[in-house]
Amino acid sequence: MTLLSVRDLSLAIHGMPILHDVSFDLIPGEVFGLVGESGSGKSMTSLALMQLLPPGARVAGRATMGGEDLLSLPERKMCRIRGNEIGMIFQEPMTALNPVQTIGDQVAETLVIHGAATRSEALSAARSRLDRVGLTADRFPLSRYPHELSGGQRQRVSIAMAIALRPKLLIADEPTTALDVTTQAGILDLLRGLVAEEDMALMLITHDLAVVAGVADQVAVMEAGKIVEAGPTEALFRARRHDYTRRLFAAAAHVPARRPQAREAPLLHVASARRDYALPRPSAFAPPGRLTAVKDVSFTLHKGESLGLVGESGCGKSTLTRAILGLDPLQGGEIRLNGAPVSPTMPRARRAGVQVVFQDPYGSFNPRQKVGRLVAEPFHLAPAPKAEQRDRVAEALSAVGLTPEAASRYIHEFSGGQRQRIAIARALIIRPELIVLDEAVSALDVRVRAQILDLLADLQGRYRLSYLFISHDLGVVRVITDRVMVMRAGEIVEEGETEAVFAAPRHSYTRELLAATPKIPAGWLDG
Amino acid sequence: MLRYLLSRLISLVLSLIVASLVIFAVLQVVPGDPASFMLGMNASPDTMAALREQLGLNGPAPLRYLHWLAGMLHGDFGLSYTYKTPVAQLIAQRAQVSLPLTIYAMALSTLIAIPAGMVAAARRGRASDLAVMGVTQLGIAVPNFWFAMLLVLIFAIRLHWVSSGGFPGWQAGIWPNLVALTLPAIALALPQASILARVMRSALIEALHQDYLRTARAKGLTQGQAIRRHAFRNALIPVLTILGLQFSFLLAGAIIIENVFYLPGLGRLIFQAITQRDLITVQSVVMLLVAAVIVVNFLTDLAYAAVDPRLRRPG
Amino acid sequence: MSRMRFPLPLPLVLGAALTAIFAGLAVLSFFWTPYPVAAMDIAARLKPPSLSHWLGTDTYGHDVFSQLMVGARTSIAVALVAVGIGVAAGVPLGLWAAARRGSLLDETIMRGNDLIFAFPSLVIAILITAILGPGAVNAILAIGIFNIPVFARVTRGGALSLWTLDYIRAAQVAGKGAARISLEHVLPNIANLLIVQGTIQFSLGILAEAGLSYVGLGAQPPVPSWGRMLADSQTMISLAPLLAVFPGLAIVLTVLGLNLMGDGLRDLLDPRLRRK
Repeated sequence: MTLLSVRDLSLAIHGMPILHDVSFDLIPGEVFGLVGESGSGKSMTSLALMQLLPPGARVAGRATMGGEDLLSLPERKMCRIRGNEIGMIFQEPMTALNPVQTIGDQVAETLVIHGAATRSEALSAARSRLDRVGLTADRFPLSRYPHELSGGQRQRVSIAMAIALRPKLLIADEPTTALDVTTQAGILDLLRGLVAEEDMALMLITHDLAVVAGVADQVAVMEAGKIVEAGPTEALFRARRHDYTRRLFAAAAHVPARRPQAREAPLLHVASARRDYALPRPSAFAPPGRLTAVKDVSFTLHKGESLGLVGESGCGKSTLTRAILGLDPLQGGEIRLNGAPVSPTMPRARRAGVQVVFQDPYGSFNPRQKVGRLVAEPFHLAPAPKAEQRDRVAEALSAVGLTPEAASRYIHEFSGGQRQRIAIARALIIRPELIVLDEAVSALDVRVRAQILDLLADLQGRYRLSYLFISHDLGVVRVITDRVMVMRAGEIVEEGETEAVFAAPRHSYTRELLAATPKIPAGWLDG
Repeated sequence: MLRYLLSRLISLVLSLIVASLVIFAVLQVVPGDPASFMLGMNASPDTMAALREQLGLNGPAPLRYLHWLAGMLHGDFGLSYTYKTPVAQLIAQRAQVSLPLTIYAMALSTLIAIPAGMVAAARRGRASDLAVMGVTQLGIAVPNFWFAMLLVLIFAIRLHWVSSGGFPGWQAGIWPNLVALTLPAIALALPQASILARVMRSALIEALHQDYLRTARAKGLTQGQAIRRHAFRNALIPVLTILGLQFSFLLAGAIIIENVFYLPGLGRLIFQAITQRDLITVQSVVMLLVAAVIVVNFLTDLAYAAVDPRLRRPG
Repeated sequence: MSRMRFPLPLPLVLGAALTAIFAGLAVLSFFWTPYPVAAMDIAARLKPPSLSHWLGTDTYGHDVFSQLMVGARTSIAVALVAVGIGVAAGVPLGLWAAARRGSLLDETIMRGNDLIFAFPSLVIAILITAILGPGAVNAILAIGIFNIPVFARVTRGGALSLWTLDYIRAAQVAGKGAARISLEHVLPNIANLLIVQGTIQFSLGILAEAGLSYVGLGAQPPVPSWGRMLADSQTMISLAPLLAVFPGLAIVLTVLGLNLMGDGLRDLLDPRLRRK
C-alpha cells in the first residue's frame, strides 16, 4: 500500500538543473531514508513535494498522494495539505521556531489554521502533543518561549508541531545534524516510535549513512540530483552495487594509514587548569555571575603523539582550546609547552610552537587577502625574509596537495576541502611542534573528510607533528588518534589508549556516548 | 521583566543626570561673564549684579548645578531674562503647540508608513513595491521645511484652502487647532514616513527569509497568514528602533517647521532666546528637549520588551 | 537580466551622475560663476529666469544660479567635513569597542553614544550657537558630533560579527594584537559598510546643513547657502515662488543622488548579492 509515489521528478532553478528523474515510493509505517552528500539535491526533493521551492524553480514529473498530484496542486489546496497530511521538520532547531511566540501557540497554530479545533481545544491538543514528544507539562508549560529551550528540546517542539494533526507523511530534513550525539539518539528514537504508533510514513533526509542504517526500512542514495541506487536498507548496504555507494561507504569507514611515533618526551602539559567566565550581568548593577567552563583539567601530550579530545557542545572543549592556544588566561593551574608557561602574554617564539586549524572552511580566511598572504600570516611569530617566506609558502601548499600557484588566488576560488588544505598549510608554515585541530574535518563531506584525514596522517609522519584533535565525532577520533580524552561539564572523565577506551569504556558517560553513536551494523560491511 | 524594567529605569535616570551635567557644563564655558554676555557691553554694574544674582552665578559651580537641578525638579526653571516671566510658564505655553504637532506627525507617519512598507514587502518587485520605493526615495531627499513651504504655496497661497500659518490656541477648541497643525504635521510626517516605510519593508523582507517562516508555511499557513502571524511581529523590532529615533527627529523638525507656519511653539521660543541671548531659557528648553528624547528612548525599550520575549528574562 | 546589459546598476549610475553634477558645480564655483556671487543689481531684482539670468534673480538682485553654485559648495563642504569628523572619531572608537567587547570600555563608549543620540544635531547646534554664535564651522561641529556615534555603532556592529570568525582567531594564534587585527582584518572587511554609511551621512548632513542655515544657525551672510536662500525667499513666496523652488530642488536632487549612489554601492559591494 503506497502512500506517496514520486515519478520522474525533475527540477531546475533559474535554468540550472538540480534534480533528474527522481522516483521513489513511500509506504505507511515505514521509514524512507534519502542519503547523499551536500548539494546532491536531497533537500530540494522534499521542498518540491511541499511546493516550498525558492522562486525561479521549475518542476516536472508527478508525486501522487491520495489520488492527487502534489506537484501540480494549486497553492490553495497545497496549504490544506501542508501540516495536515504532510508534516515537515528542518535541520536548524535554533532558527526554525518563531522567537516571539510561545511554543504552545506555535503547536496549536497547526490545528487552528486547518480549522481542526478552536483555540482552547488546540491548546489542550498542543499540550498532549508536547507530552508525546517528551516535553512534559511540569517543565515545559505552553507559555515557554523557544529561547528558553535547548536545541534538542526545540527540535521536539518542531516535531510536535509537525505531527499535531497526525499527518500521513512526515518529512525530516537532517533533523539531528545540528544536535549532539546523545540528543540525536533521543530524537531518532522518538521519530521511530511515532512512525510505528501512528502508522505514518517518514522520509528521513540525511548525509549520515549510520543514521540511515539504524532507522530506515528503505533507502535511496542520491548523487548530483539522481537516485543512483534504492532498495531495502540492509540489502542495499550489504550489496553496495553502485560505484558511488561503494565510494561513500569506503570513505565513511576509511582508516588513514598511520605509524605510531609517540615518544616519551612530554610536549604539552596541562595541570589543574581552571577557566572561569563572567556571565552577562543580569542587570546593570547586579554583580556578574561566574561560570566555570573548565574545572581542574590535567593531561600530558607527548611529542609525536595524536591526542583526541571528545565531548558534546558546551562541555568546555572550546574554552580549553582557547587557553591552550594562549588566547585566554587561566584562573587556576597552568599550561606548559616544552616546559615553558603558555599564556596570552607569552613571547612570540613560544607561541610559534602551536598552530591551529578550525572547523569552518568558510570563516577561516580573510576574504580580502590572497592565499599567499593568508598562509604566510604566522610568519608574524617567526620573521623570515620575503623571498624565503615565498618559497616556504610554495612548499607548504605543495605539502598539502595544492599547487604553489594557489598563492596568487583569492580564497573564494577554492572549495571547502581545498580551503581546509590551505588552513593546514597555514598551520604548518612555521613548523610548529603541535597543531590543534579544532573540529577540523567536521564540516566536510565524507569523501573529502577521508582525504583530509589521509593528509593529516601523512603530514604527521613527515613533519614529526603532534596533534591535539578536538571533535564531537567519535568515529573520526578513533581513526586518527593514539590516545583519547572524554570531556563532560568542564572535566575529563576518562582518558586512555584510543582503542582501549573505545573497546572497553570505563566511565558511564563514555559508554553512553558510544552507545548513542549511530553505527552501521558490523556484519553489513563484510564481503 | 521586573529586573529589565528596573535596569532601564536606572539607565533613564542616569542618562538624565549626565545630560543635565553636559548642558550645564557647556553653558559654563561661555566665554566671559554670562551676565555681561547677556546684557551686552553697556550695561550698568547694578543691573549686572542683579542679573548675576538672578542667574545664580554667585557661588561655586557644583552648588549652582545642584540648585538648578533642584529647581527643575520643583518645576522652577528660572526666570526668563527677556520675557520677565518664569521659564516654566513659557515652556508650558509653547509646548502646547510643539508637543501636539510632534505627536500628530508621528501618528501620521506611522499610519502611512507601516501599511505602505507591508504592501511593498508582500508584493516585492511588483508595481506597488516599485511605487512605494520610488516615492519614499524622493520623500527621504526632501527637507521637511521646504516641503512645508511648498504646501503653503499650494494650499494656502494658490488654493486658499487653509491659512498659511498661525495658531488659534486651544481655548478656541480642538478643531481649528487641528486644522492649523495639519499642514505642518504633513510636512513633518512625509519624509519620516518614507524612512519608516523603507525600514518596515526591509525588516519584513528579512523576516520572510527566516527559517521560522518556512516552518510556518510547512504547517499550512498561506504566505499572507505567515506574514501576518509570524513575520510582522518580528519585523516590528527594528521598526521600533526607528520609531524611537523618529521622535527626536520630529521634535527637532517641529522646531524648524514652526518658522514656516509662524507657530508659537518651542522652536520660536528657543530661536528668539538665542538672538536675545536669553541663556536661562536656552538652557531649560534644551534640557527639556533632551529629556523628552531620553524618556522616549526609555519607552522604546519597554516596547521592545513587550514585543521580544528574549528581553524579558525570568528573574 | 538588466545586469547583462549594464555593467553597473542603473540607480548607482543615476546617483553618481547627480552627485557629480552638483559636486562639479561646487568645484566650478571656485573659478567661475555666471555673475560674481556678491554682485547686487538692484535694477534687476526678482527677475524671472531668462537667458541672462538662467534661474532669475532674488530680492537683492543676486543671480540665483551663481548663488546656487556657491551654495552647493557650502552644503557639500559642511556635510563632507562633518562626515570626516564622524569617521575620524567614530571608526576608531567602534573598532576599539569591538576589540574589547563586553568590557567596561566598550560599555562606556556605547553609553556615550546613546547620550549623544539624545541630543539631535539641531539641539547640539542650538547649544553651540548659544555659546559661540552662529556660523558654518559651528554647523559642521553640530552635524559632525552627531555623526560620531553613528559611525561608532556601524563600525562596532560590523566588527563584532567579524570578531567571531575563525580568521580573527587564526590571526590571534599568529600572535597579532587587537590593534593590528583591527587594521588588517577588520577594517578592510567593514569598508563596504562604512562607504555606504558615509554616503547616507553625507546626504543627511546636507539636509541638516540646509535646516540649520534655514533657521539662521548655519553659514552667515554673505556666504550663500541653500537653506538661507529658502529662508530669504519665504517672505516673497507669493510674489516670487520660484525663488523658493530652485534651492529646494537643488537640495532634493543632491540628496537623492547621494542616496541612490549609497543604495547602488550597497548592492554592488554586498558579497551576498555578488556573484561568485
